[in-house]
Amino acid sequence: MPSNHFYYDLIIAGFGGQGVLAIGNLIAYAAMKEGRHVTYLPTYGVEMRGGTANCTVVISSKEIGSPIIYRPHALISMNLPSLLKYGPRVLPKGLIFLNSSLIDLREVNRQDVEVFPVPVNDLAIENGNPRFANMIALGAFIEKTKLVELFTIYESLEKVFDERHHRHIPENIRAIQIGVEYTKRFTPFREEK
Amino acid sequence: MDQSCEKVLVRGNEAIAMGAIDAGCRLFFGYPITPQNEIPEYLSKHLPPLGGEFIQAESEIASINLLLGASATGSRAMTSSSSPGISLMQEGISYMAGSELPAVIINISRSGPGLGGISASQGDYFQATRGGGHGDYRVLVLAPSTVQEMYELTYLAFDLAEKYRNPVMILGDALLGQMKEPLIRKKPPPMDLPPKDWALTGAKGRKPNRIKSLYLQEGELTEHNWKLYKKYERMKQEEIRFEVIETEDAHLIIVAFGSMARVARSVVEMARREGVKVGLFRPITLFPYPEKPLREISRRVKHFLTVELNTGQMLEDVRLSVERDAEVYFYGKPPGALPTPEEILEQLKKYYGRSGSA
Repeated sequence: MPSNHFYYDLIIAGFGGQGVLAIGNLIAYAAMKEGRHVTYLPTYGVEMRGGTANCTVVISSKEIGSPIIYRPHALISMNLPSLLKYGPRVLPKGLIFLNSSLIDLREVNRQDVEVFPVPVNDLAIENGNPRFANMIALGAFIEKTKLVELFTIYESLEKVFDERHHRHIPENIRAIQIGVEYTKRFTPFREEK
Repeated sequence: MDQSCEKVLVRGNEAIAMGAIDAGCRLFFGYPITPQNEIPEYLSKHLPPLGGEFIQAESEIASINLLLGASATGSRAMTSSSSPGISLMQEGISYMAGSELPAVIINISRSGPGLGGISASQGDYFQATRGGGHGDYRVLVLAPSTVQEMYELTYLAFDLAEKYRNPVMILGDALLGQMKEPLIRKKPPPMDLPPKDWALTGAKGRKPNRIKSLYLQEGELTEHNWKLYKKYERMKQEEIRFEVIETEDAHLIIVAFGSMARVARSVVEMARREGVKVGLFRPITLFPYPEKPLREISRRVKHFLTVELNTGQMLEDVRLSVERDAEVYFYGKPPGALPTPEEILEQLKKYYGRSGSA
């Protein structure tokens, strides 16, 4: 295959209510805006109520086959059960992004992947609103992976969120920026990756 | 309505609702059931402002009979449901086939038998393609595989229903209904359709029309059934739709439809990267089944792997289609965990060895 073919997939998982589906929707929407093929596959129904919520996002420069991914390039893990379920499946050299407010780093039993812990709940509380933890995770993840432009994420907010939430968009952007700043501070050598 | 060609990111279910609206459907009847609820949700919001009508009926049986009544007036109308609800509708579908009424029925199928569960399944293949209700009839069955196709095939379904005066079913599943993909909401080119001179529009100034499926005069029903038969034969001539991927030099071909064709497409890519020469045959019409093109391929390729989200239904149509000296293997999964590309690739390699090309 030509080397300029772009392909990336990720699983975003956590408790129902942590906003993991919003993270997936925003990444998928932004990637689409940037001209990529995308699929977004949520789990739904019984699993949503109190249990785990997760979604799979695939981004590609070509038409996408399977929206079901067993071994993702990256995992955004917002709670411990999701790390235990999906952590072992992340591809070697892949990325495990974890919410270190809720997950002890020692729970990761992988030497062959990059682990990036961000205390998203603590950061959200410090900044005055615990409800934006998912947006902090999104900002930190995007700054880490450069999967899409931040600006495209900002533009996608009003498309992804229902109109009744539009008045909260500035707060969402602020939360994303907190995540971005966190990554900038804690990955000084990221250019050498 | 927004007809700009801007891409939107929507669920398959929403794409179906948009396709129906753009095709001129203004009447919807349904009863809630997971995993298709986004269809009525969308239409309940968007039909009334267009002068349309959204009715949440008291049951699926009421829904299908409301649909029968609406379509008898020549209106473009639709219902949607999921497997157990579609079972309840079979009597009405048989009546519509017998009365030669155009209507669109969406089945975003879930798993069975019985109430089963809400996970994706392709267990309704037989029900959809063999009639489902009583009597010697068929419905046209379209099986989308992408969100874009959910839109386009729904649009097409309304045209085909009127072209043949016959019910058309869209067979999707939980995965396709819930998945989001980019959609370009662009209407397909218009189809030349016969006038609806059969419709019940008030008989002022003309002879009354009659819509019925009861034929008691001697010879009448025989003639009626032959007429229907000819219609199904014409569908076989004119409506076959399918897609082939990398079949030219393939030693083995995967046959899969709908959501499983998505996974199969990834399997073909992965296999090709390893130098394993496989292709994909994807039926888009499940009735009429693309028998002829599949048979033609089987003159050249002798190994087929049918992949389904059930324990073997379309498999029978693949076996009926291919040349007798072709081998047809099967990999199927009952409802539960969805098969991953890696899993199917592993199965495929077992059979690929037998194709004498490994």
